[in-house]
Formats: sequence, structure tokens, C-alpha cells
Amino acid sequence: MTVKKKHILVCNGTSCQNVAHDEIFNNLKKELQNHGLEESAGLVRTACFGLCEKGPVIEIFPDKVFYVQVKPEDAKEIVEEHIIRGKPVKRLLYNEPETISGKESGEKARFKRKQIRIALRNCGVIDPENIEEYISRYGYEALGRVLDEMTPSDTIRIIKDSGLRGRGGAGFPTGLKWELARNNQNDQKYVVCNADEGDPGAFMDRSILEGDPHSVIEAMAICGYCIGAGKGLVYIRAEYPLAIERLKIAINQAKEFGFLGRNILDSDFHFDIEIRYGAGAFVCGEETALIHSMEGGRGEPTLKPPFPAQSGYLGKPTNVNNVETFANVPVIILKGAKWFSSIGTEKSKGTKVFALAGKINNVGLIEVPMGITLREVIFEIGGGIRNGKKFKAVQTGGPSGGCLTGKHLDLPIDYETLVAAGSMMGSGGMIVMDEDDCMVDFAKFFLDFTVEESCGKCTPCRIGNKRLNELLDKICKGNGAMEDIERLYNLSIVIKDTALCGLGQSSPNPVLATLNHFRNEYEAHIIDKKCPAGVCKALMTYEIVEENCVGCTACARACPVGAITGERKEVHRIDPRLCIKCGACLEKCKFNAVIVN
Amino acid sequence: MINLTIDNKKIKAEEGTTIYKAAKMAGIDIPVLCYMDLHDLNIEHKPAGCRICVVEVEGRKNLAPSCSTEVTEGMVVHTHTLRVLNARRIVMELILSDHPKECLVCPKSGNCDLQKIAIKLGIRDIPYQEISEISTYRTDFSPSIIRNMDKCIMCRRCETMCNELQTVGALSAINRGFMSVVAPAFEMDLEDSVCTYCGQCVAVCPTAALTEVDHTNRLIRDLSNPSKTVIVQTAPAVRAALGEEFGLEPGTLVTGKMVSALRNLGFKYVFDTDFAADLTIMEEGTEMLERLSKHLQGDTSVKLPILTSCCPGWVNFFESQFTDLLDIPSTAKSPQQMFGAIAKSYFASKINISRKDLIVVSIMPCLAKKYECQRDEFKVDGNPDVDYSISTRELANLIKRANIDFISLSDDDFDAPLGESSGAAVIFGTTGGVIEAAIRTAYELYTGKSLEKFDFRELRGMEGIRQATIDFDGTPIHIGIAHGLGKARELLEGIRKGESRFHAIEIMACPGGCIGGGGQPLHHGKTEILKKRMEAIYREDQSKTIRKSHENPYIIRLYEEFLGKPMSEKAHRLLHTHYVDKSKKIIYI
Amino acid sequence: MPKVKNPDELKNLRNQLTARAGKKQDDKKHKDPVVIKIAMATCSIASGARDTFNFITAALKKRNIDAIVTRTGCMGYCYAEPTIEITLPGTEPVVFGQVDQTKADEIIEKYLKKGELVDGVIPKNYESPW
Repeated sequence: MTVKKKHILVCNGTSCQNVAHDEIFNNLKKELQNHGLEESAGLVRTACFGLCEKGPVIEIFPDKVFYVQVKPEDAKEIVEEHIIRGKPVKRLLYNEPETISGKESGEKARFKRKQIRIALRNCGVIDPENIEEYISRYGYEALGRVLDEMTPSDTIRIIKDSGLRGRGGAGFPTGLKWELARNNQNDQKYVVCNADEGDPGAFMDRSILEGDPHSVIEAMAICGYCIGAGKGLVYIRAEYPLAIERLKIAINQAKEFGFLGRNILDSDFHFDIEIRYGAGAFVCGEETALIHSMEGGRGEPTLKPPFPAQSGYLGKPTNVNNVETFANVPVIILKGAKWFSSIGTEKSKGTKVFALAGKINNVGLIEVPMGITLREVIFEIGGGIRNGKKFKAVQTGGPSGGCLTGKHLDLPIDYETLVAAGSMMGSGGMIVMDEDDCMVDFAKFFLDFTVEESCGKCTPCRIGNKRLNELLDKICKGNGAMEDIERLYNLSIVIKDTALCGLGQSSPNPVLATLNHFRNEYEAHIIDKKCPAGVCKALMTYEIVEENCVGCTACARACPVGAITGERKEVHRIDPRLCIKCGACLEKCKFNAVIVN
Repeated sequence: MINLTIDNKKIKAEEGTTIYKAAKMAGIDIPVLCYMDLHDLNIEHKPAGCRICVVEVEGRKNLAPSCSTEVTEGMVVHTHTLRVLNARRIVMELILSDHPKECLVCPKSGNCDLQKIAIKLGIRDIPYQEISEISTYRTDFSPSIIRNMDKCIMCRRCETMCNELQTVGALSAINRGFMSVVAPAFEMDLEDSVCTYCGQCVAVCPTAALTEVDHTNRLIRDLSNPSKTVIVQTAPAVRAALGEEFGLEPGTLVTGKMVSALRNLGFKYVFDTDFAADLTIMEEGTEMLERLSKHLQGDTSVKLPILTSCCPGWVNFFESQFTDLLDIPSTAKSPQQMFGAIAKSYFASKINISRKDLIVVSIMPCLAKKYECQRDEFKVDGNPDVDYSISTRELANLIKRANIDFISLSDDDFDAPLGESSGAAVIFGTTGGVIEAAIRTAYELYTGKSLEKFDFRELRGMEGIRQATIDFDGTPIHIGIAHGLGKARELLEGIRKGESRFHAIEIMACPGGCIGGGGQPLHHGKTEILKKRMEAIYREDQSKTIRKSHENPYIIRLYEEFLGKPMSEKAHRLLHTHYVDKSKKIIYI
Repeated sequence: MPKVKNPDELKNLRNQLTARAGKKQDDKKHKDPVVIKIAMATCSIASGARDTFNFITAALKKRNIDAIVTRTGCMGYCYAEPTIEITLPGTEPVVFGQVDQTKADEIIEKYLKKGELVDGVIPKNYESPW
């Protein structure tokens, strides 16, 4: 068979599409035909390269040569120089490759990719149900090294030096947490893995447990060794059946291979892991609530102190870390604190996994170094905004976070910067909004969530969030008054000031952030009775444009409530008092006579 | 000692002290709502849920709940800054926004903690009303307690009483968010749950979410019905607490005024449950002696210890949670029911009216009594021996409604024959009293000797579990006492395991016994009131000329004229009962 | 499997496994087989990865193509699920997105048989520690 020696990969990502992608593709095709190369060189479209600001991007496979900002007229040169003569077109290169020939262009020749996968290193690479594949990628060697060569204090020192902070949201230094748990003497201690991922749109923990469960098991054992715990518990939501299944398989395999159980790797260290199921309450991500839930009680938080490190599960010292935090640990042990802390910013080290969602092209799971800008994440890795719409805001930190706007795009993503900008890191949900999103409605979306997920223990969260939600609803329905903005603001401040746990203290953030950045949208709803994004149904009006209406009666027949009247061949009218804004007339009209205001 | 500053006062407090307590010691009053300190019962309820007690702590980013935040060295606290006042006001407004605004007709009006704090915080407006939804729930009517959870503010005090103090486990928080509420599991009715109707939840509820079933209107109707003869019996603990409702010092005995008031209200005869308490001692004491003698003679088929059975909350507790021990408690009915049985037989025939025209009302410190009197075991052809029971609080309310000037009433005496009682009967009203009364009689019957002293101080006090050994003329009798169902559970577990060495145990469901019953005037967390009531009970005992049940001449005559002797066939039919395994009825999770 | 006794044993095991990786134990000792990994996380399965998996295994058998097919976790390309990664002997792994049955068929016919890439390649966009 004839093997095509080279392939030209043309980015077909949505943002590249906008820049004459088709013309480039066609020109390349023509050039290959002109030179009779259809048989020996391939030409295919690819998904986004995650380098959109330099798009369109072309890769010559397998040479690992990338051309950026390619124009249609470059096709000839690329084919003639690179495909035929084997010489790269230097002026189009993203990065100087060391040589042109594929064989010599090793790793260094590639352009520096934006993502670094540490926590996700094995996801999508290994078979999660096969421990051997994990072992073949240095699996359990960190545990081996710790048990063989290091004291618990040495190990904690490495974690501390690495600068690893909790990836569940609050960013508490992991090494310090371990040290606190270690310093509380008790014959029984617990390591708990918090897999109660609850942010709407976040699914990194599920992906890690589904794709690489052993990394979490290994890290929990390391943590157990460090703090002096013999028992690990994974608190996982029952809605994650596949993750549970794979975790179970992994635990059994780890036992079989001797990475769990008694005298692990012939040391004096014993460690076992059990799975505990949560019912998926958001508040159970809060560690005291999580512990109460595991104890069989109602999942609601209690005041700290005492911290779990002092008195946690069954009153014993307990260390709770989230899945992603644990997944980083084995790599830190093997590659060292220095390596890890070389990634990221001064106070936020390493990487963070984000779930990109919303109005973005490349919806997906990404892992980026701390300090990367929102712009890089959204417009390069994320491939920009869908359908060429305008970026409006991005929500980080889920319902506890806030939205960030165009002016924040060049801020580095790290714990402190996000908080300073009125949002937070959170567990890694990142929801992108465009011009079609109404920010009042958006704030309401998150309040709907917190109202639903509040445990109901403290007044500000139980009733305050409900009232916030009702005020937002009032505004969305066009019944708001200007004083409602003040009420929203004051109530938000008091809820933050008085709520018992992190959920309540952060629940007004979406309201405060949208009030800060999009006050004009609130005012439009209240004063003009208009939803600028056209989302809030109650504020929409359907009208018939006289000039366009031919009196075909299609709209009147489609209207389920009889709000449209008019004789055949005469202009029809919509009675706004009857209209339920279902949009049926708009759909039926062939003459563009129905408009929405 | 920890040094801190509260409102510019330098204060020293012990480690582990909360800001609230440290402030209180320094004379600074921080308003609290969900917080409850039942000092004498060793219960400090501080869920930090209502957030009314928040204060500003320098260096802390948010406000701290003072009820549960411990003091730290150098802490600087401000309890009434504008920020704090604003937060408290808004939190209170939030609570009120989810609370029915029907104070005018609310049974708790004037006695409501929520109302008091709202007044204290100067709330003049309830915002959000134009938009706000109120969380509403199905009202749950049980024979004793009404749960109207629309008025629940989630203070969770009832949960603490039910689960920690009583270990009954009928109430817990359910649902999430705005619809969170305290309820039996699956929101089943109290009647289907393990609830014992002890009423301790009602006793601490700050609002009218939990109230007693009110029979006052029914009583007024019956009193004004000329074809009925309405008689009343009053439990011993009532007279030691009723005065509180009229501003008298806790511990004031109002026996004579109470009788006066009842007569003024229109009862044909005012009797005393104490009479029936003496009767109880005759039956229960005899049963105890019988079992004891057999046991001491080496009969192993006899089950010991014998447990008292006059407390209906306690009866409900073992009927649902200790069904394997149903044969241990005495079969003697409670004094309320003995009274009813005698009233509707012996007394009815004496005054020559049919039982259906005789209405027997009881005044009880208790809510479980409301349930007890409507049990099928205590009915004859569907007609209950005791028609209904009124709590101390309801009686006070009724007296006020009838415009009776309670304070200036002169003392009156109970009617004969069911109004005469011994001191032994009076002390039924406090923990340890029943067993002390039983011993006064059992000792004399067993030894044939007269007691030289009647006061068994070793049996008295507020300790949750007490034990004493009484010398029955050479035979040591081991006595156990528990009050509060949590403490009862401890003793019962011991019996279950076969570790109990007691011959007899007295159990009262409520802390302090009947004086701390769920139907008594609200103590609002001041548990020292219980001690005052207890002292009053013992004072009444002291003042009695007859101190032993078997010496009550009316009791002696009752046996002569009607019953024969204790434990006779007739006594059995009228004065003894059996217990039901309720565990099958109750839905367990 | 006997328990791994110490870190050295673990390293040896890893070396054995990496040496063996990509080789089927039984036959074809002289030739590395094709490795196909199919992302099978919850989201992949929701987008039809199980159908793709079943189709590919059946098609390979029917068309007598020797390849190792395994499942793996989420590759992160939610916008392009189901995703599969194919490693031809001696080449870099290539990830394909939106692999439904038609696409899978095309990939087998063109890439597996002829080394010819097809539309829908997802360029690798991350670094990893190893």
C-alpha cells in the first residue's frame, strides 16, 4: 500500500474558520494537485490547536512543524518548499525548530503548549482498570520512595516546599494541613478524600477517578504514612457510578499488588481504603459537613475550630483533601518540590484543572499552569467564543465565585488574584458567557442552586439566599425597583458577614460580582423594563411589523393562547396582555413580520 | 486564664469559655435565640444557627457567633457596633420574613422568645413581604403535641432535647435549604414515630412551632353543660409551679389558691391526684413486696428490678424501645388513671350518676398524660376513665381568661373523699419521690415496724442517675433512680445486659421528674427553677400530718368499702394495666 | 499476582511492563501491533463511546486487523467526544475526535490500513511530566 509520507493538518477550529480557513485548505489542495502529490501527501482538517491568537495554524505531520498565521497565498510556498523540498517555511514558523527533518525535531522543537497535565497526567493515557498501565507510568514509585527512603516529616517538608495548595477551592496549603494532622497525637487517624464534587459544570474529580484512580490511592497512602493514619476513606457522590466502579477495581488491584493492606512494600506501614457514598449535597464538600455525613448524620457544617485535624471523623484527627490535590502528590514526590514550584506563580504553585463550559468553542477539561491568563485559557486553549460572538464574562469558582469581565482577561489565574478580583479559584468550573447572556439571570441561576443546596442550618443562608433569589426574580420579571439594588447589596453583605460556613459566606458572590460589573444590566431591567441580552422572558415583547405582515394567518393559528388577531390578508396584531412569549408565532412567520423586543 | 477585651472592658476568662459567657460574666448582654443553656441538666445547646448573637472580633473577616466562639488571648470583641446591629437586624428580619405574622392569635404570644428578641432589636418592619415565600408544612396533630412547623425557626432546641437529653430520636432536621425543618423521619406524624410525648421539645420551643393540644375550650364547654358533672384532679407538681404564671416566686406553693380557682371555674368537685398516688403506692408497693419476697426466698422466675409505671412518657419509651422488658415494670396504673377508674366507679356510684355523665378532667404538669388518658386500656365501653388532661400552662391561661384574681384568692381545701392525701403522695411530683413513697409503705409492711424517720435524703437530688441501699431491717434493698429518658436508657441497658443489681427503679421521663414536665410553666432555660419547685414539693410533704400512703384514712376506707385488699381481683381489674409492644407500629428506618 | 515487596521490585516491574508495552504477548513477536485507546469516561460514554468501542472491536475482528483496543479515561476534549487515540507502530499517537461509527470506519480504512490521516485529528495540546 502507498503510505502517505506527509500530511498537512489544517486547523478547523471555529476561530480559525473565521480567518479564511476554507481558502487556505482549497489552495493547499490545488497546490498538491498541481504537483501531482494527491497520492503521497495527505490534507486533513483538525480540531483546534489551542493557539487561536496565532491562527490559522497548520501542522506538517509527522514533522511536528507548525505554521502560524497562515494566509491563503502561503499555500504554494508550503507545498513547494516543505512538502517537495523538505525545507520549512521559516517565516511562518511558530518556533524555530532545530532542524527540518522529522526525525531530529524532538520534543524541544515543538511549540510550548499552554497546558501542563500533572493531575491529569494519566487520564486518557492509561487504562484505568489496569494497574499495570499505572505502574508502567511510575505508578506507586512515589509511595515506594516515601516508605523506603523518607520519614513522614521529610515527606511533609517536600509537600510544603512544593507549595501545593488545596484544589477544592479554598487553597489551604496541603503540607501544612498534613502537618497539623500529624501533630495531633491519636492512635487512630483518618485520611479522607473529598470526591463530593458539587460545583455545577465541574467534573475534574470525576475524570481523575475515572481515568486514573490509582494516583489518588497512592497519594492517600502517602498521606496516611505522613500523618500516621491507617485508614483512608473516599467520600464520593453516588451519582458517579463509573468512578466508583473504577475506584473499587483500583482498590482491589492495589491490595492484590500489596500497595494497600498490611506491611505495604515490606514496610511497617499499614493502610486501607474504604468508599463512603454521599447523596450529592453541595454542602457536603465542606469538610465538617462531609465528616458528619460520613458519620451517618445530617450533612451540615459545624463551627471550626475544632478543625478536622484536631477532631474529625468519629472525633479522631482527620485530614481531608480533594481528589485533584491528591492526584498531584505522587508527581511532586518523584519530580521534587523544586520542579513543582517552578510551575506557577509566587504563591500559587503547579497547575489547576478547569472544566471549560458555556459559550466557548473547545468545551472540555484542561490543566494549565497557575499564572496563565484568562485570555490564554479562553481564547487560545478554549478556542474563543462560540459563533464569533462577543465575550462578556467568565464565572470561576462556581456558585461561590464571581464573574470576571473583559478587563480581567489579562489577570494571571491564581488564588489571590482571583479573590482580589471578586471571584475565587473554586474547584475549577469556568463558565464563559457571551453577549447573549443576561447577567441578572445568570446571578439568579447560581442563587437557584445555592437556595437548593443550602443545608438550612443558619438563617442567612437558609432564608437570606432565598430572599436574594426572590429579589433577582422580581427584577428579571420586570417588577424591580431601584431600591432593590440597594437591598440586594445590603443583604449580600450581611449574608457574607454572618453565614456559618463557606457555602453561605460565598453564596452572594455571584450577585455582588454582577452588581459590580453589570449594574447597567440591572438598571436596564428595572428602569427600562428591558433585558439587554433578550433572556428574561417576562421582559420580552412580541410584535408584528405592519410592513412585513401579509396576513397569512399562520401566526394566529400557531398561537396557543389566541393572542393574535387579524383578518386574512390583513395585518395581524399580538395582544401583549395575552401573549405568553412562547415564540410559536416567530417560528411560523415566513415573512419576518414577527419581531422580539 | 485568658485576657481579652469586650466592649473596651478588660476581662479574664477561663480557657474554653465562649465569648457569650465571658461577656455575660462581665455584665454585657448579647442577645441569643437558638442558644440554650440548661445548666443543671448539663446541656448547652449552641448550634450557632440563628446568627443573632454575632459579634465583631478584631482581625476576623466575618462576624463571629458569640455563643460558640471560644475566647482567645488578646481577643478584642465588640458586641454592639453598627455593623453588628445591622447584621442582627437583617438576620432577624429574615427570620420574621419566613414566619407567620399571626402573633395576635398565637398561643405563644407574650411568651415567645422570637417576639422578645424582635422587640429587643427594635424591629419595626418586616421587609421582603411583597415577594417572600413562607415555608409551610402540614400541621401534625398528635394526641399530646401539635407541630406547626410554619413557625419553626430552626433553632434545633427540640432536636437536642429529643436526641441528647431523652435519646428518643423522634425529631431531626430534614429537607434542605429553605424547606429545612425539624420533623420525624420522612415527615411522618409524631403519632407514628417513636415520640413518647414527654413534651420536653415543647418546653424549650422558642415559638409556637411545638405546642400542647389545648383542651381549654372543650373544658369551658363541658363546665357550662348542666347535664354533666365535671370533676377535677390535680397532680402534685402543678401546685409547685402554677404560681409562676402569676408572677409568684418559683417554688411558691399555691395548693389552696389553686383549689379555690378550680372551684371558681365551676368544677363540681375538686379532687387531688395525690389521693390516687397513695392508692398507687398501695398497689405498686404491694406488687413490689410480692416480687421482692419471692425473689428473696430464691424464686428465680421473678423478674427484678421492678420499675415504676406512673410516668406515661416513660411507659411510651419502653413500649417502643425496650419491648423485651415489657414484663418488668409494675402493672399498676398511673395515679391519673387510678383516679379516673375509681372516680367513674366508686365515686360515681356514691353520688349516683352514670359514668357517661361524669366528666373527669386532670390538671397535669405533663403532655404525655393527654395521650395516656385516651389509651384504649383506660376506657370502658369507649368512655375514658379520665376524659382529658389539661396542662399547668393551660390551667393558668384558663384562670386568666376567667378573670380570676389568682393572687388574692383565699386558700380552699380539696373535697372528700378523693381529695385527701399523704405527704408520700405529694412527693410523686419530683424525681425520687415515688420510690421514697413506696419505701415508706413497703418498709413498714415488710418489716412490720414503724419508720422513725420519713425523709430518705439519699434518694433526693438532681443527679441524673442516683442509687441508694435502704436497710429493710437487715435486708439491703438496692434502689435506682433515673430522670430524663437518656438516663433511663442507661439503667435499662444495664438491665438488658443483666448487670443491674437493683431491686427497684424509679424512672421519670422529664428532668427533675414531673416538676420539670412538658406541661409546666416555661422555664426559658432557667433550670434553677426546677430546684425551687422540688424544694416546694418536699415542704408540702413536711407540712402534712399523714406522711405514709397506707395511713391515708380515705384509702383505708376505699379498700374496706370497695376494693377489698391491694392486688385483689377488683383492684386488678380497676387499677392495673398491661403494656403494648409498639415497635411494630412504629416505622423504623 | 504476588505482592510487590519493595521499591526495587516495583521498578523492575515497570521496566518489564514498558518493554512489553505495545507488544502482544502471544504472536507477532517481530511486529508491534496497532494500539487503539478509546476514551471511556462518563461524558465519553454519554456521547456514544460505548457504541464506538463495540463497533471498532467488531470491525477489527471482521476485517482481520490486529490491534490492541483498550479503554482509557477522559482526554479532556469534551467538545469532540467520543475521542480515540491510535498509535501506529513507530509513529506518534494521533487523537481523533467525534468518532462515531462512520468516522471509525473511515479511520480504520484510511489510517489503520494506509496510514492516511482523516479529518478530525485533535492536535495534542498539553505537556506532561513524563
